[in-house]
Amino acid sequence: MSVLTDDTLPASPRRIRDEMVVFVLMAALLAAVPLTGIYPFFVMQALCFALLACAFNLLIGYGGLLSFGHAMFLGSAGYFTAHALKEWGLAPELGILIGTAGAAGIGVVTGVVAIRRQGIYFSMITLALSQLLYFIYLQTPFTHGEDGIQGIPQGRLFGILDLSNSTVLYYVILAGFLGGFLVVFRAVNSPFGEVLKAIRENEQRAISLGYKTDHYKLLAFILSGTLAGFAGSLKVFVAQNASLTDVHWTMSGEIVLITLVGGLGTMFGPVVGAFVIIAMQQYLAGFGQWVTVIQGVIFVVCVLTFRRGIVGEIAHYFRRSL
Amino acid sequence: MTNRISALLLGTALVFGACSAVLAQDKTIKIGVLTDNSGLYSDLGGAGSTLAAQMAVEDSGLAAKGWKIDIVSADHQNKPDIAVNTARQWIDVDKVDIFMDVLNSGVALAVNNLVKEKNAIMINTGAASSDLTNAQCSPNTIHWVYDTYMLANSTGQALVKAGGDSWYFLTADYAFGHALERDTSAVVLKSGGKVIGTVRHPLNTADFSSFLLQAQASKAKIVGMANAGGDTTNTIKQASEFGIVAGGQKLAGLLLFITDVHSLGLKVAQGLSFTETFYWDLNDGTRAFSKRFSERTKSKAMPSMVQAGVYSGLIHYFKALEAMGGNSHDGIKIVEKMKSMPTDDPLFGKGSIRADGRKLHPAYLFEVKKPSESKGPWDYYKLIGTTPGEQAFRPLSESVCALVKK
Amino acid sequence: MQALYAQLLVGLINGSFYALLSLGLAVIFGMLNIINFAHGAVYMMGAFCAYFLLNVMGIGYWPALIIAPIAVGIFGMILERTMLQWLSGLDHLYGLLLTFGLALIIQGVFQNYFGSSGLPYAIPSELQGGLNLGFMFLPIYRGWVVVFSLIVCIATWYLIEKTRLGANLRAATENPTLVRAFGINVPRMITLTYGLGVGLAALAGVLSAPINQVRPLMGADLIIVVFAVVVIGGMGSIMGSIITGFALGVIEGLTKYFYPEASNTVVFVLMVLVLLVKPTGLTGRATT
Repeated sequence: MSVLTDDTLPASPRRIRDEMVVFVLMAALLAAVPLTGIYPFFVMQALCFALLACAFNLLIGYGGLLSFGHAMFLGSAGYFTAHALKEWGLAPELGILIGTAGAAGIGVVTGVVAIRRQGIYFSMITLALSQLLYFIYLQTPFTHGEDGIQGIPQGRLFGILDLSNSTVLYYVILAGFLGGFLVVFRAVNSPFGEVLKAIRENEQRAISLGYKTDHYKLLAFILSGTLAGFAGSLKVFVAQNASLTDVHWTMSGEIVLITLVGGLGTMFGPVVGAFVIIAMQQYLAGFGQWVTVIQGVIFVVCVLTFRRGIVGEIAHYFRRSL
Repeated sequence: MTNRISALLLGTALVFGACSAVLAQDKTIKIGVLTDNSGLYSDLGGAGSTLAAQMAVEDSGLAAKGWKIDIVSADHQNKPDIAVNTARQWIDVDKVDIFMDVLNSGVALAVNNLVKEKNAIMINTGAASSDLTNAQCSPNTIHWVYDTYMLANSTGQALVKAGGDSWYFLTADYAFGHALERDTSAVVLKSGGKVIGTVRHPLNTADFSSFLLQAQASKAKIVGMANAGGDTTNTIKQASEFGIVAGGQKLAGLLLFITDVHSLGLKVAQGLSFTETFYWDLNDGTRAFSKRFSERTKSKAMPSMVQAGVYSGLIHYFKALEAMGGNSHDGIKIVEKMKSMPTDDPLFGKGSIRADGRKLHPAYLFEVKKPSESKGPWDYYKLIGTTPGEQAFRPLSESVCALVKK
Repeated sequence: MQALYAQLLVGLINGSFYALLSLGLAVIFGMLNIINFAHGAVYMMGAFCAYFLLNVMGIGYWPALIIAPIAVGIFGMILERTMLQWLSGLDHLYGLLLTFGLALIIQGVFQNYFGSSGLPYAIPSELQGGLNLGFMFLPIYRGWVVVFSLIVCIATWYLIEKTRLGANLRAATENPTLVRAFGINVPRMITLTYGLGVGLAALAGVLSAPINQVRPLMGADLIIVVFAVVVIGGMGSIMGSIITGFALGVIEGLTKYFYPEASNTVVFVLMVLVLLVKPTGLTGRATT
């Protein structure tokens, strides 16, 4: 597409091959989960968070934009999907479509505001915007405020697949996750992704090369928000509820944590991070608020000594990109 | 061919029969206490509810008869989604049979759905919303201690009769507050009073000043607090700062627990009147239990009606299981059995469970004593009226519950 | 009308907290280039410090007003020396992440020991009760909070803008290397600045304890509003953050009177509007 993408940041065929191999391995492993007797609910939850973190990572890892408000996409899409399924009685595929499209719309509106500032300000603005939405959802009747939307019917996907069967649901969620993952993969390795990286490295330079960087940033923000919303819509079928927890700032913090642990700017980091953090929450659930403390400690340790994250460290060790 | 089929059917029937026989002798019970262990309701439920469950298990004497009973407990943090996730895992993985306490109406209604879907049991002793036995009633749920209809009926009516005919509501903005406000408004209107307005505040609010100012500006005679626990005690404390009571308005606590009165102190709480279905100092039975309970808590607190309900509900559940000879783990069947037996325990006395899942027992209208009237720690209430169980709760004729045959 | 004045007072009180907190954030940001996400947590620690002083050592409100900010300020300086210092060469975002982690730890520890409901802290006896001013009922303590916060804010402004210490501080923000050449210990200055910012937050916490009760999460939601205040005001000037803080409190109070449903969101909506019109904030400079 341009001199910048072709010369300075080559997408090496070897890297893409490495990543494809890992992708196939990951898909095979995940597909085998129902045979192992692991509680499928847990894995499905982790998959939704993994997709969410991948979407978030698209912004921070490749665009250098740290969003501290990604819960707004997760939660909004969840509410929209839940409402469509429960109140309008729509089919699952339409519910997902409405949730994802709604998140995309929110991405457009909030993106226009948020990308007006960079760096720390961008983080604070996204946080404030998500808090604005939080209060709106707290008060509007359709979300049922503190009570949330409960007992959401799962229905039949495309009229055939019975989502109340946990094995069927698992493969549907897995397919959704893999699909979303491939979209991120494709975006990162496209000319669009290369421009994003250029903006991350040096925005002034990208501007001087003639790129309308605001357009690229906005597009990345919307894409990321849409995918996060897709994850939120899928999550509705797993949890069968939609609640304020998913729009709260603690959720946004959790998304950041997942990605940080896995490795910012690595393809598979968010996935590994999601499984690590969700498993940790699961096993430490009995310790009450100590989970929060441990999450805080992980934050501090990651920032001070472990900035590459799990996958980043592995990749660094093998001198590969994952 | 037909022979072979019938032989097959017979074989299957035998296998099933054998299975159910094995199940009938199953003497394991798993109890899940799902409550608020750290938040604004933790005093009235929380660890005390788990303790009450333990005491019920010990007092039942079932362990000596070969039963194996486990109790698990978790903090739902007043978040319905966390509660449902925990509950689902409890049922799927830990095989929990029965949910106790489940305070917070938002949480209760959410768990209610799941319990029905999975054919488990919930004896709800903590949540207030009368919807649990009305629009949202379920064959798997029993609502044990109190509900918003009963509170409105008893406290609301008494206050209107005493001259409080114009109301302004300060309502906790979730299922419980909405239900309490709805049911109390209905009683106020029916008794000839009027409702001037409402302000809703988020659950677990610290600063009520701006809400109280709105209530003050309304000039209503009664400021009805459709909230509970820490929210109610905060409202009462801060109301004095803005001179609400000094200005001639009366605060009405529609739902107060003894733990709230304890944390307010008699000096602040004196004169408040409200309804409960259990008080530690009612009779010898309640006193004996409460003394044992109090000795085992960290803060030497007397049991709240929610905690007492956990004990009482479990005792009845154990009786039903014993009568059935084992735990079939079939929620609907066990609840049906429980409904068919009269209830009787030292804490709530004799009572019954209606078809809609409503447990019936008397409701007591209390007034908080003046500091000079109190004879010692936890001596807080004066009994000023009793409503029999049949009149205290919503009559079946007004019910929209699908389980009620008309 | 009476209700309007009273709501304005409530707004001014919230404004005092916004001002004290955003002032501290601005001071820290100026020197360390870090957005202190732990600001809400140290505000909470201030309140808990007052609570402990009273309930464990029997030390009352007035000494707590001095002791708590100093104690929490020292805690802040230790954090700066042991952790924040190591981030100086890195992307500013790491500072945000680190302090977010610290906030989680601090809040989580307090939640474990004290649950999430409020602990009562009584209004000092000298400030109890209220005055009937005719046009409104003024709770004395709340009036005191507004007046005292204003004094502290102006004193901080004076310290930074008008004294020699402040001049050094501002110079060190502009050009640390040059200031070091003049023999001023810049790292120590950074540590002290962080302590000052944290101390201001703790002071706000003590002031807030009798009004908002002492709760582990009391600062967690507040800090997000303060972020919005900071985005609106821009962090360029000390006076700017003070004025923006109080002004937004008043606007919130007005909203509570005229349209209570929007009182939670009005600050965020204003933030969006300001960003659309003047992205650098009302008093911010053009740099990012």
